[in-house]
Amino acid sequence: MTFELNILNNGGGCNSGDSAEQPCGDHTGCGGCSEAPDDSSRRQFLTKASTIALGSLSLTLLPMSGDLLSDEPSLDNSDGSLADTGSEPADQSEEVVYGFLVDTERCVGTGKCLTACREENNVPEGYARTWVERFVHYKDGTVQVDLVPETGFADSDIPPIAPELVDRAYFVPKLCNQCEDAPCNQVCPVHAAFTSPEGIELVDPDRCIGCAYCVQACPYGVRFINPDTGNADKCTWCYHRIQRNETPACVEACPVDARVFGRLDDPESELRKRLAKIPTSVLKEHLGTHPKLHYVAKSGEVI
Amino acid sequence: MDASSFVFPNDPHVPWSIMIVLYPYITGLVAGAFVVSALYHVFHQEVLKPVARLALVTALCFCAFATLPLLLHLHHPERAFNIMITPSATSAMSGFGIIYNAYMLLLIVEVWLVFRPDIVALAKTTDGRLGMVYRLLSLGDREITKESRAVDEWLIRALAIAGIPAACVLHGYVGFLFGAVKANPWWSTALMPVIFLASAVVSGIAALIALYLFFCWRRKVSPDADCVRAMSRYLWVSLTVAVSLEMLELIHMAYESGAEWHAISTLLTERLAISYGVVQVLIGSVCPFLLLLLAVRPRLNPRWLTALSGIASVLILVQVFAMRWNVVVGGQMLSKSFRGFVEYPLHIGGREGLIAAAVILVLPFVALIFASRLLPLWESDETHALGSNPLQTADTRNSPTTDTLISVTNQQRTMLNEENSADPDSVDYGAVVRNEHV
Repeated sequence: MTFELNILNNGGGCNSGDSAEQPCGDHTGCGGCSEAPDDSSRRQFLTKASTIALGSLSLTLLPMSGDLLSDEPSLDNSDGSLADTGSEPADQSEEVVYGFLVDTERCVGTGKCLTACREENNVPEGYARTWVERFVHYKDGTVQVDLVPETGFADSDIPPIAPELVDRAYFVPKLCNQCEDAPCNQVCPVHAAFTSPEGIELVDPDRCIGCAYCVQACPYGVRFINPDTGNADKCTWCYHRIQRNETPACVEACPVDARVFGRLDDPESELRKRLAKIPTSVLKEHLGTHPKLHYVAKSGEVI
Repeated sequence: MDASSFVFPNDPHVPWSIMIVLYPYITGLVAGAFVVSALYHVFHQEVLKPVARLALVTALCFCAFATLPLLLHLHHPERAFNIMITPSATSAMSGFGIIYNAYMLLLIVEVWLVFRPDIVALAKTTDGRLGMVYRLLSLGDREITKESRAVDEWLIRALAIAGIPAACVLHGYVGFLFGAVKANPWWSTALMPVIFLASAVVSGIAALIALYLFFCWRRKVSPDADCVRAMSRYLWVSLTVAVSLEMLELIHMAYESGAEWHAISTLLTERLAISYGVVQVLIGSVCPFLLLLLAVRPRLNPRWLTALSGIASVLILVQVFAMRWNVVVGGQMLSKSFRGFVEYPLHIGGREGLIAAAVILVLPFVALIFASRLLPLWESDETHALGSNPLQTADTRNSPTTDTLISVTNQQRTMLNEENSADPDSVDYGAVVRNEHV
């Protein structure tokens, strides 16, 4: 009942989360933190894509991963680092694949992840790279879904729901699924949507024509056309941060560890261990997008 | 269990505006008009001769403006050429560069070949700036011989044959753009390209009937009743096929009643009740179906034929626009949460507003009127003047000037042909064409 009360009335009682105030060091004032921070790396991805399209050069001419991973996470124990992966630093030639786990049983809807994301990535008002949905199952069998405000429900004007009317309720954070078979990437006509070697779907701000086909193709509603840049915009799991050995801003801001970020390729990482032990599922599995974002205790109503 | 109204936070920003409604509408008109010209050039449907030239020029005029709505829609139009320079092999949209340009080129060449004798003749006989335009259009080749014309005719037919699959690809791929979006259950169906193609043919024929009647009214000549009747028959058949496919898709969705059907049925019955139920189905499909059924009766009075076909054509043009609207805008009204709907705010002004859309729709017609002054679209006037058409007598009774002029034109044509009978290869097309311009 305490859990439900938190959901319905005040969205939890977290006091932490000030680490989310950290500015984007390499991209101060920029609106493009969604993109790869390393221009040379991005150009190499594009070169690779063009090369494949033309079928004229061998991939061996483009040793991308080695260059890109020169900034390999060192997995130290500093605050907000990737230390929670619990693994040794990877060899530079090793393929790194990141994954994400959302635990809907832990999330209490503080909204701190939302603020952290908006500040970290300069997300325009009215748009969202990440959001948190509240599901309320009433005793009469109806289900109400709404969005958690950035302040959390407790500090918002939204009237609380009487607990006696409710069977169960829970929060579901949403963000980019970083699909292995990403429809957004598939439909981009100009190679502006591309995949980093770590499996992160990114947008090249210098190539995007703003056709919004990727926005249509994303089954999860994660993409949008940024009104400030005119480019497609999306959650990148804070690619610029993970390049600096930091966790995504939302992960760092979460006071209850409902968001877990780590390496899928490392059997010793906490992410892999939890994925191995706990039943998880993905969103809209029937679409065959193979998301790298997994959910613990995802209810059937969540899509 | 009710699905409460909930939309994902980015969904209210409907990214594809009325401009993306216009694009398939215009390309559909292009493909449909070309099919009519191909029926004449490839399948020798002589009854369509009065509209064969109009069909080609209509296709070209609309094709010339097909990219305009896309450029207005793109948030980075200055990078539009990326789609041609660095196309992605996995994107249906990237086929645009090749498909559109190839089709535009095909249309330009075919139109040029069809009108070459006229252009050459006009280049010889027209002075001033207009003459310079004709001389430029003739590309320096001022000689029309039997042999060269035979080559032209062969090329015209070859291009018309090639143009049929090209038209199918041009519009089929537009349908594929929507049909291949698995994120959207209202779009995601393999039938979508076929439906788009069928409705393209429908819109093309309807546009040609409407344009033909308009130009006949403007020129104060009677429409060729056989031609209008034949086009009405083609229109009735293609409308039946297109609407059947549209209904088949809907019935299939409803019968399967998949997870998203609840949202789609709500979309159709509540959000799109007017644009789908009333405009697309009732006014745009059922009414013209019945009107055309009456119009194609063999012994129908030509005046009634013209009236029924004209009204049906206009209604069908509205229907096809409504269909594009319901697909493009309707599909985006459905939130990917499948628990709610968003509104599409159609602005009056702005780059993607109603005024811009109206201007884009008018521009091809302006181009067509311009083209009708530049090139002789009507090569079968003599049949009217000779009174082969039952409508002719009645209509020209009130316009003796036109009748006289056309008769004079034909007399001159006969005289010219007689004069040149010794050397048929050097017919003065200029005189003929000039007279047709009266």
